[in-house]
Amino acid sequence: MSNLLLLIPIALFLGLLGLGAFLWSLRSGQFDDMEGAANRILFDDDDVTPPGNSKKFHQGDS
Amino acid sequence: MNVALQSCRHCGEPVTAMSPAAPDFCCAGCAGAFELLGEMGLTSYYNRRAIDPKVRALRPDEDEIASFDFTELASTDTDGHHHLNLMVDGIHCAACVWLIETLLQRNSAVLQARVNMTTRRLRLSWQGHVSDIEDIIRPVMQMGYRLIPFDPAALEQATTSRNKELLRCLAVAGFAAGNVMLLSVSVWAGYFQGMGGATRDLFHWISALISLPAAAYAGLPFYRSALGAIRNRRVNMDVPISLGVILALGMSLAQTIRGEPHAYFDSAITLLFFLLIGRYLDGRARGQARSAAEHLLSLNARSIAVIEPDGTRRLIAPQKATPGMIVLAAAGERIGIDGKVIDGQSDVDTSIITGESIPVLTRPGTTVFAGTTNISAPLRIEVTATGGNTLLSEIVRLMENAEQGRARYVAIADRVAKAYAPVVHTLSLATFIGWWLIGGIGWQDALMNAIAVLIITCPCALALAVPVVQVIATGRLLRAGILVKSATALERLTKITGIIFDKTGTLTTGKPELVGEPQQDKLMLAAGMAANSNHPLSRALVRAAGNVTPQTNVTEQAGLGLMMQGPAGPIRLGSRAFCDVAENADVPSDITGPELWLSEPGIAPTRFVFRDTMRSDAPEVIDTLRTRGFEMTLLSGDRESTVRQLAETLGITNWMARMSPTEKANHIQARADRGNHDLMVGDGINDAPALAAAHASMSPATAAEISQNAADIVFQGDRLGAVIEAIDVARKADRLVRQNFALSFAYNVITIPLAVSGFVTPLFAAIAMSSSSLIVIANALRLHAKSGKSDGVGIKPATTLSQQAGI
Repeated sequence: MSNLLLLIPIALFLGLLGLGAFLWSLRSGQFDDMEGAANRILFDDDDVTPPGNSKKFHQGDS
Repeated sequence: MNVALQSCRHCGEPVTAMSPAAPDFCCAGCAGAFELLGEMGLTSYYNRRAIDPKVRALRPDEDEIASFDFTELASTDTDGHHHLNLMVDGIHCAACVWLIETLLQRNSAVLQARVNMTTRRLRLSWQGHVSDIEDIIRPVMQMGYRLIPFDPAALEQATTSRNKELLRCLAVAGFAAGNVMLLSVSVWAGYFQGMGGATRDLFHWISALISLPAAAYAGLPFYRSALGAIRNRRVNMDVPISLGVILALGMSLAQTIRGEPHAYFDSAITLLFFLLIGRYLDGRARGQARSAAEHLLSLNARSIAVIEPDGTRRLIAPQKATPGMIVLAAAGERIGIDGKVIDGQSDVDTSIITGESIPVLTRPGTTVFAGTTNISAPLRIEVTATGGNTLLSEIVRLMENAEQGRARYVAIADRVAKAYAPVVHTLSLATFIGWWLIGGIGWQDALMNAIAVLIITCPCALALAVPVVQVIATGRLLRAGILVKSATALERLTKITGIIFDKTGTLTTGKPELVGEPQQDKLMLAAGMAANSNHPLSRALVRAAGNVTPQTNVTEQAGLGLMMQGPAGPIRLGSRAFCDVAENADVPSDITGPELWLSEPGIAPTRFVFRDTMRSDAPEVIDTLRTRGFEMTLLSGDRESTVRQLAETLGITNWMARMSPTEKANHIQARADRGNHDLMVGDGINDAPALAAAHASMSPATAAEISQNAADIVFQGDRLGAVIEAIDVARKADRLVRQNFALSFAYNVITIPLAVSGFVTPLFAAIAMSSSSLIVIANALRLHAKSGKSDGVGIKPATTLSQQAGI
């Protein structure tokens, strides 16, 4: 019985945490573009800057 | 890169021999785009993308650039940052999103550029001067994407925020349902394993603590709608739902306080959870269709070019024009206002207003209307009417009158609720009175039984019966390029007995095509000259000739024709008068339609006749519909001979020509008064009142804006088969909805006697409710299964589904 008194509040707290996270992500627009989100993860960012520039940057850094 | 020699390396369209940038590119614009990407080191785009045949090819269009006043809709915040929302046309796949964002971010003035792939909208923020926007977006335009500014406030309708609210409610109900169910399962297990009364009561109290606030919040959409219905002295499905949820919670709370073994918290909150899933998906499916329809409409939006008194050109929105302004309409451009021509001579395509397929010759003094297309030469037009005086607002008034009939339509779910609610509520009352007065038990226990009847009959399956089918039907049609905009459109579509077609642009493509077989050498010569012109008849000649070598030194005389210096003198291609052909020249009388003449010195002139061709599948579609027993009518504003010709070809016996917009609407109204339910299929501005008056209406995506707004369903693509596809899906959906209602009633027939006799426990209620809901959903999914492999993976070509529909 006493472990129930501990476990039920924990379960509810974790559930509320999830609910809060969902409502937050909904408000911050993360559900506005489901199709785009599914594809964005596949974009490679490495060649967003022209290849010439990034090389120079690395040399100057080392 | 694996690109065949014949397809353009940029846009993927076929490269013709006459292309200026052959063999790699189809046009100079594509070559430029390829070069630009090479300079920026972004050629990996070509490896990543997948061309979607349904989307417009990425061919840059020179005159498209800067055809809008982009600064007008831009907003500036206090930091001096500017923001603008743009519709993007031409997104094929995720690589396009990547390319657009990267191109924009290369510009140091850009703060943020994000494309929403679902809605195909771009949100752009930049710093510096507002007018820098044209430089910022130029690279994107040069790639072949079209960007059209829009006002988010005008598009973000109530549906979007309503759907967000439903999703929030759904999250809360889901959280509560999960936790309460956890506790309830423990209690049910406790029945058999001897859970102590104190533990059970504790679990009931915790359940109450979770579900009462959750139901108060998550049930709001239902309570609001139910209250609204009751205020109007009507009953809808939300009335029994709200009553069931509130009574179940109230009774469970009373049971908990009294320390009784049975509480229905889980039933009440799971009911809300299931129903919210149905509502949310339903709203989302229609939201997608609507947003696709809005996207199509804004692509047609155009600014008008006003000539200021000092001679400068300024782009403004058509709504901002005032009488007296001088507007320039370029050749090939849609005229944005009603006005009088003051300078220039041209042909104007008025088919969208009159249904007339032959362009009308306009010269100074002619009145032109918004929506028509100027074909051959620039026109200066003085604005004569704005606001409530335009032809368009006249049509809107006609539409509003016509629409009133349709507003009376009551959805099937509400009709069922109207019959269902009184029966259930009477039954519940009878149970209470029966147990209390005749059965001789205490009023509290009698009340428990009465409420149990309400809970067990609470229309979970009944309320899911319609939305689940709707979601799947709308989604299936959406993938076939058919956008269902109205919630009751599919229901109304099942009731139709007659189909009324418009001619130009609906049964026909609205594009002229050469008829007959002229001499090959004459055709090649004429087509070679015509390759220099944008006139629809010239384009038709080039299409008919196939591979043509354009002639050089050709001059165009607006409204008349083309002229070229041949070895023996001038060669002319144009109207009868232009080629000096006598009005009474010997012409085969059986072919009528727009014509072009080719005159060479010393040789008898050649006549080319054109006809507005049918959509390729029109005969089959009309045949199929006729064999299914629909009564077919053709209503057109075009001249009698053309309408008769088409009606006879298609075998439509019932046709009327020279119909005005009012006559069309009145014709449909008269038929409706006689008890006919008609489907109107039309595209012109003159069809809009008829579309609004008909029992159900469809229009192609090429239709005038006002007609697309009036139509319940908008279909994309060249195939008329969409009409059959829509009717088929609507009928299947209707059958499934009826089966679902039958299933829910069958479930009620079994469970109501148990509830009336007081045998129902919360466990039983939960099992019965979940199983009946699942059966209804599974039944609805059959609509999906029948459509074959269309499980939403990838984008299917628009034709596949219509082919499966047996066309």
